[in-house]
Amino acid sequence: MTSHVLSLLVEDKPGLLTRVAGLFARRGFNIESLAVGHSEIPGLSRITIVVDVEDVPLEQVTKQLNKLINVIKIVELDVAQSVQREHLLIKVKVDNTTRSQVLEAVNLFRASVVDVATDAVVIEVTGDSGKTQALLRVLEPFGIRELAQSGLLAIGRGSKSITERVFKN
Amino acid sequence: MTTEPTPVPSAPASAEPEMLTGSGAIIRTLELLGVTDVFGIPGGAVIPLYDELMTQDKIRHILVRHEQGAGHAAEGYASATGRVGVAIATSGPGATNLVTAIADAYMDSVPLLAITGQVFSTSMGTDAFQEADIIGITMPITKHSFLARRAEEIPAAIASAYHIASTGRPGPVLVDITKDAQQNLAPFIWPPKLDLPGYRPIVKAHGKQVQAAAQLLLAAKKPVLYVGGGVIRAHASAELLALAEATGAPVVTTLMARGAFPDSHQQHLGMPGMHGTVPAVLALQESDLIISLGARFDDRVTGKISEFAPNAKIVHVDVDPAEISKIRLADVPIVGDAKDVIADLTLAWAEAAQGDAPDTSEWWTYLHGLKQEFPLGFTEPTDGLLAPQYVIQRIGELTGPEAVYAAGVGQHQMWAAQYIKYERPNSWLNSGGAGTMGYSVPAAMGAKVAEPDRVVWSIDGDGCFQMTNQELATCTINKIPIKVAIINNSSLGMVRQWQSLFYDGRHSFTDLNTGHGTAMVPDFVKMADAYGALGIRVTSKDQVDEAIKLALATNDRPVVIDFIVSPGAMVWPMVPQGVSNSFVQYAKDHAPTWGEE
Repeated sequence: MTSHVLSLLVEDKPGLLTRVAGLFARRGFNIESLAVGHSEIPGLSRITIVVDVEDVPLEQVTKQLNKLINVIKIVELDVAQSVQREHLLIKVKVDNTTRSQVLEAVNLFRASVVDVATDAVVIEVTGDSGKTQALLRVLEPFGIRELAQSGLLAIGRGSKSITERVFKN
Repeated sequence: MTTEPTPVPSAPASAEPEMLTGSGAIIRTLELLGVTDVFGIPGGAVIPLYDELMTQDKIRHILVRHEQGAGHAAEGYASATGRVGVAIATSGPGATNLVTAIADAYMDSVPLLAITGQVFSTSMGTDAFQEADIIGITMPITKHSFLARRAEEIPAAIASAYHIASTGRPGPVLVDITKDAQQNLAPFIWPPKLDLPGYRPIVKAHGKQVQAAAQLLLAAKKPVLYVGGGVIRAHASAELLALAEATGAPVVTTLMARGAFPDSHQQHLGMPGMHGTVPAVLALQESDLIISLGARFDDRVTGKISEFAPNAKIVHVDVDPAEISKIRLADVPIVGDAKDVIADLTLAWAEAAQGDAPDTSEWWTYLHGLKQEFPLGFTEPTDGLLAPQYVIQRIGELTGPEAVYAAGVGQHQMWAAQYIKYERPNSWLNSGGAGTMGYSVPAAMGAKVAEPDRVVWSIDGDGCFQMTNQELATCTINKIPIKVAIINNSSLGMVRQWQSLFYDGRHSFTDLNTGHGTAMVPDFVKMADAYGALGIRVTSKDQVDEAIKLALATNDRPVVIDFIVSPGAMVWPMVPQGVSNSFVQYAKDHAPTWGEE
């Protein structure tokens, strides 16, 4: 099983997300993560999908996605040729003895504390999944009370843009 | 199918755009797109549309008796002509009744425009009376769909839907229009701007790929042209004939492609697949090069896919890139419209061959041998009842290739595909991918509306007929004189056949009690009579021709012939499900012995 990161440029139309998600469900493709937001062009959204490809070749996934009328462009982003980031908010249990250890871990991972209470802190971290998973492992023993995680965001390195040559006129 | 925007005649020029209601805009848009016939039923959410339909004479509206009938009629209309079929339904249950026909059109790539009413835009999402999220429901079975909440959006939505339905790989497109959008006034601007940046079907194939295919074809010792329904949708029969005759390659036509290549042509081996001819099945299986033209390696054609045509290289031509290498990896993938690609391939082949065609005589000797040893045929039933194959064969022989034949789904469908000889595209209509029982009668009705000068037969089963026969009322009232042949074996015959062969003859709930030796409920002849159609019952061989001739001579009303046939008859040849095509059985317990391996 291998993961691939796909960046989709799509028209911002009602039901678009349902069309994409429905396609994955009925064709039996697995979504590992999904992130949706505006692109730099008004009316166009950008979806970053991490797909798990087991027996279905990636080619089938992209071809089927391409058939959706509202999908304008699909690019696979290679790990080496792109910047990939996840965003996590983690609520960790602390007390007077563990607080400093937790804060040390936060500093080591260049994460930050965005909320402090007497018995808990909320930590914000951004990074590739290697880094975020490592931080989670370090924080685990202290007691993770709550975790909210964004889908992976990715963008190609260098000056090229996914929206290039999309609109010739 | 082409990518050029559908040609749209200009509306009369005037300084100020005309103000139309949304309903008026629906009708004007359809009219300007060239639509002349629609099938539908009014209901609460489309009353505004129907109010305006009443006052115009450009578009013929045919009032069906069930929305599924409207959907299949639109499909039959489209499949008989290649034009877009249009079905109209109201919101909620009206729209959900279209779902089966939409799914059917999706599987068989039928250009279908479904227009549904929706509750007021202000009520949407409140579980209003007759509200259903029909766009959500049909998302997996439409090529695309549009929701128009405002009158201004209607012309572009319908024109875009029509364009998408009819270009690239054709398919169903749904336009859902709220009641307030139908009622409100808006300036009618024509032509509307089609804003579809993500829709660019590829038509012209890559030249290098075509040349690679030509090279393979030159090198092949055992080539086969595997022809699918895409050739019919692309109107590419003439190009196919030229390619076949130039290369001398054998041709097989799938269930969806019957008629794409003349059955009378000596290079035609017949239909491949589960109930294909032995020569067609084994030609694919033993081939060293399969040129797939608008076909999609359906499981009913390939049998067990891992053992399908083990020695064949694959050239896969399809307008839909997602079909290529979906099931079987293509050695040469060609994305393009079948009409253009086949023409290009014929040219490339001729150029590469330089008048020196490869020798396929050994291959042909083998295939001719199979043809001789395993011709299509049937044995007379032992119960003394009529052979269904004989009935269907005679319908074809007495009616001829200019007619249109629309089948239901099951045994009679297979026999109609086997025993009627098709000579032209669009003469054979059936539900291939979805296998929708009940397709036949409404599809035949739609075909007859599209092609009033052709004889249109519905070859139906007693099970199928009971699912959609209400459209006989539509036919009688609207003077659409179709001819229905019920191949009445008193059972759900194909399921019964599987029960006989694979479930120890345990005929669980497949007896319908419509035929010989039963209560005959309903009595199809009386039913025909009740619907204002001519009803004829045929129970013996000597009555067959006479009944068919009477049907052919009766054109003032629909005709229903109740052919009481043997329930014991089975469809042969057969490749049992899930095994290699090499195990094709010519008849029960009779597998052909064949060459190598």
